Amino acid sequence: MGLRPEEWAALMLSLKVSFWAVVISLPLAILVAWVLARREFRGKALLSALVHMPLILPPVVTGYLLLLTFGVNGAVGRVLADLGIVLAFRWTGAALAAAIMGFPLMVRAIRLAIEAVDPRLEEAAGTLGAGNLAVFWFVTLPLIAPGVLAGAVLGFAKAMGEFGATITFVANIPGQTQTLPSAIYAFLQVPGGEGSALRLVVLAVVVALGAVLLSEWLGKRVAQRIGRR
Amino acid sequence: MSIELQAAHIFGDFHLDVEINVGTGVTALFGPSGSGKTTIINVLAGLVKPEAGRVVAGGEVLLDTDAGINLRSSRRRIGYVFQDGRLFPHMTVDRNIRFGNRFALTPATEKEIADVAGVLGLNTLLDRHPGALSGGEKQRVAIARAWLSKPRILLMDEPLAALDEPRKDEIFPYLERLRDVAGIPIIYVSHALSEVARLADDLVVLQNGRVVASGPVENVLSDPTTLPLVGVREAGSILPAKVMEHGSDGLSRLRISAGDLVLPGVDQDPESSLRIRVLAQDIILSLKEPVGLSSRNILPVTIEALYRGDGPGVAVRLQAGEDHLLARITARASEELGITPGLNCFAILKATAVPKMSIATSPNREK
Repeated sequence: MGLRPEEWAALMLSLKVSFWAVVISLPLAILVAWVLARREFRGKALLSALVHMPLILPPVVTGYLLLLTFGVNGAVGRVLADLGIVLAFRWTGAALAAAIMGFPLMVRAIRLAIEAVDPRLEEAAGTLGAGNLAVFWFVTLPLIAPGVLAGAVLGFAKAMGEFGATITFVANIPGQTQTLPSAIYAFLQVPGGEGSALRLVVLAVVVALGAVLLSEWLGKRVAQRIGRR
Repeated sequence: MSIELQAAHIFGDFHLDVEINVGTGVTALFGPSGSGKTTIINVLAGLVKPEAGRVVAGGEVLLDTDAGINLRSSRRRIGYVFQDGRLFPHMTVDRNIRFGNRFALTPATEKEIADVAGVLGLNTLLDRHPGALSGGEKQRVAIARAWLSKPRILLMDEPLAALDEPRKDEIFPYLERLRDVAGIPIIYVSHALSEVARLADDLVVLQNGRVVASGPVENVLSDPTTLPLVGVREAGSILPAKVMEHGSDGLSRLRISAGDLVLPGVDQDPESSLRIRVLAQDIILSLKEPVGLSSRNILPVTIEALYRGDGPGVAVRLQAGEDHLLARITARASEELGITPGLNCFAILKATAVPKMSIATSPNREK
């Protein structure tokens, strides 16, 4: 399938943005998932709601809130700009937007995996001398590894498809912030762009389907692994 | 090494209020379900924090609610063998038993690991995952794992409860070896008196969250007042015995302090020391030395104490040589025979009344 340079650029940018979106958000997603699965505290419902907000809010709202916060005049954006970090209208901003949009999906998958781990195994590890971190590292994490991978795959797929928040926050600049969905949208706005759009649509479907299938398969692995007593 | 525990805790309508001191050897916590046995060892291990309590092990304070001290379970160095094994499913047997090594003050050496694996018969299982083990094998791995974490106390919460009878018989020799070589106090929780009688040196009887009897296992079990606590069918005393000879007819002669017993099903070598459990309901009393009786097991005894419960039975403690027997007879027989403390009479035991399960090797230790 011969891709034209601008189509190719959109695909590669989307892969880069999605990769970094997952890499930066995965550790936080594991932490939040663990807290939600294993700890009781005041404000737990609020944290859970906050994590799930991007799933419920219109993406354009999330994008606009990002622009208000991380834009060059935003509260956080101004501080970051002083450090030489600009997110708005850059591919890094696209990665941030994709990370936030995919976060609830990752947390959900990882939380389910953690909840499937028998806490009595963690208790047993404690009696053998393992502190909280060691218990997590040697017992919980290996048991949830397939679930973490599944969450990462879901987050990656979500990032590949993210459109609304991305275009609002970083616009649609070819070669800079034009991701796969943005490119499809742009091609559909110009006469004769249907061919390019269709090729990218096929790519998007293949990536999304592959990601969901991989995620399902990894999810089954976690169940098998924990069932292996 | 000794452990002192005091704990008071309320769970709904269950009140736990105990004070227990444990020394070397095997101490059994015995009682029905819901008597607080598991809660007590969970307090020791730091898995349950009582409302008020104090735990001191070998001079170190592990818990003192008044002083605000509560060491995390990972800092207590108390090994725990759970009823349900709780092996790590993603690790081989070898990695399971080495798990505690990473955190131990003085990690087990390769020789110690090999020795423990040998004592518990794990050498052919080391590469397997827990999913491929039988219930008895899992419990042996769990014991090795707890033991190799180099604890100062080993807690065992009904480690045999999930196993069927043949599996229990299979694992018992391993427990007896563990008791003899572990060299640390073992607290063994059970609601099966046969296990307690085989393994324990000391016995703590619990009921409704309180200690109702405690002391050396021979004393507690031969005390007539404990008969209602352990149940009329389970009550019985423990006698140290020595194997004298095996007959060609499948019967063996054992020496106890009051004389000789002839019993079937003894497969230990001559000269070995055993402990045998004689159930109270299997003893018959006779005022005169019986003649023309089929039983070969007739012992001269002296009545020490009687305890009349609510039922039709009377529990009688007998002095037999240096040891004690517990007999259960009907109140009517007791009155008609004029059974009173100080009376000399004869105890008769049917040879087949002592099942194989009630014959165990005795602790290989100076007490």
